[in-house]
Amino acid sequence: MTLDEYSIFFLYAAMAVYAFAFIAFALDLARRSAQVSAGNTVAVDGSVTTAPTVRESVAAGSGASSAVLNASSATLVAERPAGGSVDGSAKSGKNGANVANGAVAADGSVTRRSLSLRLGVSFTVIGFLLELTADVLRGIAANRVPWANMYEFSMTGTVLIVAVFLVVITRVDLRFLGTFITGLVLILLGISTVNYYVVIAPLPPALQSAWLVIHVFVASLGTAFFALGFALSGIQLLQYRRETLTLGAEFLKLKFLASLPDSTRLENLAYRVNIVGFVFWTFTLIAGAVWAERAWGRYWGWDTKEVWTFIIWVIYAGYIHARATRGWRGSRSAWLAIIGFGAVLFNFGVVNVFFHGLHSYSGL
Amino acid sequence: MSRPSDHFDSPDPAAERRLKAGGTGPGDGSGGPDGPGGSDDIVQPKLGFVGWLRWTWRQLTSMRTALFLLLLLALAAVPGSLVPQRAADPNGVTQYFADNPSLAPFLDKLQAFDVYTSAWFSSIYLLLFISLIGCVVPRAKHHFDALRAKPPRTPARLSRLAGFERREAPDGIGAVAAIESARKLLRKSGYRVVVFTAPGKNGAGETASVSAERGYARETGNLVFHAALVGILLTVGVGGGYGFSGQRVLVAGGGVFVNTLSAFDSFNPGRFFSEDSLAPYSMKLDQFTATYETKADGAFGQPIDYNAMVTTQERGQAPQTADIKVNSPLRIGGTDVYLLGNGYAPTITVKDPNGKVVFTDSVPFLPQDANLTSVGVVKVPDGLSEQLGMIGFFYPTQATSTTGAFYSTYPDADYPVLTLNVYDGDLGLNGGVPTSVYSLNTDKMKQLTGGSTGVASIQLKPGDSQALPNGLGTISFDTVHRYASLDIHHDPTQGWVLLFAASALLGLLISLFIPRRRVWVKATERADGTLSLEYAGLARGEDPRLLPAVADIAERHSKLLTGATPPETNA
Repeated sequence: MTLDEYSIFFLYAAMAVYAFAFIAFALDLARRSAQVSAGNTVAVDGSVTTAPTVRESVAAGSGASSAVLNASSATLVAERPAGGSVDGSAKSGKNGANVANGAVAADGSVTRRSLSLRLGVSFTVIGFLLELTADVLRGIAANRVPWANMYEFSMTGTVLIVAVFLVVITRVDLRFLGTFITGLVLILLGISTVNYYVVIAPLPPALQSAWLVIHVFVASLGTAFFALGFALSGIQLLQYRRETLTLGAEFLKLKFLASLPDSTRLENLAYRVNIVGFVFWTFTLIAGAVWAERAWGRYWGWDTKEVWTFIIWVIYAGYIHARATRGWRGSRSAWLAIIGFGAVLFNFGVVNVFFHGLHSYSGL
Repeated sequence: MSRPSDHFDSPDPAAERRLKAGGTGPGDGSGGPDGPGGSDDIVQPKLGFVGWLRWTWRQLTSMRTALFLLLLLALAAVPGSLVPQRAADPNGVTQYFADNPSLAPFLDKLQAFDVYTSAWFSSIYLLLFISLIGCVVPRAKHHFDALRAKPPRTPARLSRLAGFERREAPDGIGAVAAIESARKLLRKSGYRVVVFTAPGKNGAGETASVSAERGYARETGNLVFHAALVGILLTVGVGGGYGFSGQRVLVAGGGVFVNTLSAFDSFNPGRFFSEDSLAPYSMKLDQFTATYETKADGAFGQPIDYNAMVTTQERGQAPQTADIKVNSPLRIGGTDVYLLGNGYAPTITVKDPNGKVVFTDSVPFLPQDANLTSVGVVKVPDGLSEQLGMIGFFYPTQATSTTGAFYSTYPDADYPVLTLNVYDGDLGLNGGVPTSVYSLNTDKMKQLTGGSTGVASIQLKPGDSQALPNGLGTISFDTVHRYASLDIHHDPTQGWVLLFAASALLGLLISLFIPRRRVWVKATERADGTLSLEYAGLARGEDPRLLPAVADIAERHSKLLTGATPPETNA
């Protein structure tokens, strides 16, 4: 077997493991829905509290986790305005989990952690390591960075999406996005292995530049953050609809939403993720212009790919402005983030493959 | 912060109106609920002409308009990616006109082939930039004042603010001493501080507080970002007019390029270009090498390297050699020389029936596919009994398909073959109308070989010679050279554009990630001699870390007061 064949082997193995992760994450969501229906409380970290006497703190969303934070960090915290605690619960997932380990709380309620959620994360980590191996092997086999055609963009891009997800969940408990992340990665990998696979080819002269390493990598990294922001904004919209519906109204049967953070917190999280993506995207735009000057003799020429990179930048600039515009916070800005990520996918999947232009490096 | 009235951090106009029933409208806002209130802008509808102008200006500089224009700009940029653009793809436009003869003129009226210089696209971004300037200038003034101002007075009731905590100070510490240590702590953490002291209300004890603010750089970064965008627009719009771009094809071992206007094959000057700005230098292509993949099955024939080896000479200096590659242009005489294309230039000689040479030249052929099947035109206006035109096909590595058609299997010249269809008649050169050297107008010409004439095309290998039809003379294919298509650019402002772009990125980083926040510590002496300490903060703009930061300050301050060393953390 050649190195590239080993790479393909690892890629398929990664896809299989991601599929298991997807199933585990989906089971977790189903379990959340079932527990919510049964009248139990489910925290953001998936832990279920079944108690006849439900504590005031264990309500839905971030109120729950910040209350847990208050309880665990003990003492001194005498007063805390309820509105302010929303932002403060950033780290609370971990603390919540620690408390949940304790299983039985003082009031006799029983707290169980989510096995499927932990399995999902474990599978994702294994899948990530396998895919990373596949990506590195492809790079070694080609003797260059593994992002020079559509197949390799897809592979490296999905590695980064998973990497960003795994890094972010160590800081904020966003494991409930696992279904989306693994699902998205599986679809992208499925499309790319079936449609975009090309044998290893040497770099054409236009790509022989250090900027290939920087420009394309940072663009993929930005995309990874936008993907996460897209998921958060999408859930924010669903959550907002759930919150604004009158009590007792049935909604889409997505009962697990009751276990997720409230829409304001989701919006804040989406914003924090999206601005990181925006900074990377700005850098991509500038680095691309510097490279275009060297390779094509002009730094900006409204090539189709340049146009779409610009469009995406402007949409996310609009998103950031919307967050600062009265009447545009909340759902409206969330829609902009969703449209923005739609444009990112369009730029990657449609412009690269079907549009005529100078960025014809799909290798297809 | 003198933001537009509909900025999220400006005071809510509705609330403001309720407060000031007198009719004063949304203030210029100072960002926080505790800041000085609005200005005296009137929003009542009894407006004169100036009032309407003012109202229009206000609308234009509002956040909502900026947002609307941003989204409109994104939308307006889309058509330029769907329809070929004259600036980026002129051949594509010609093709589009040929493919859509009824639609194309209509689209052309809408400037769809020049989207990015069109009136409608330009007006969107100009309005956007006017809106931006109208928003940023007052903000800059306000920020300049804020930079020299002291943090505001400590609010009376800290308990209504974010991250509020109350702690008990250790015994024996007075309000002033406690606040002094808080002041030092905050100062060290990068806050701008001011201390307020007041005697207790009922004479019971002193109240002291420190008001602190940090993150002024956030607004600075924001202003730098927006100013840099204006800088980019101005530099591109005005500065771009001083540059030029030109193209020149150089055949290996062939002619010398001299950096003068007449030496370019095509030339696009900026608006303010003057011919005097061309620095004199000469350039000659000594050799062009192209390396192709010979192994990998999927990538056989793919280019690996192009190298144009040139000899250049600047005035009064010795000749120098240099390599020009795709990603490594040559910087010479204030211009940048880029290698953007290459191909084959067969050397063709035509003789009259007496053997006298009437034409000999290396004619650049334009590549048509990845294996460099190339098309070129040879025009022989003088010396023969008729004007002669030839459309030639060059196959670097010729092969014959099952239908008998020729094609090229590899881009290198392994088995070069040249075929020519000969026409005679009027080349159309006598009218003085400029014609392209790459195309032949056969309207007034008669085809002599190839196609439906029944006469086989002329087919030559290097060194071959063949008689032209009708006893016109002979033609020979002497040899084939590579040519390099060079773009020669001069843009005096691109360094500035890069500088502005880098400033924009830096400003963006600062404005998005440095939090602007206020923190207050208040010490109140109680009648029983104990000291109560209160801590609270206020976010000014996005600040997800506000609560941990206030808690951290409280924790470190407590440790300071009890004499323990505070842990090294970033507030």
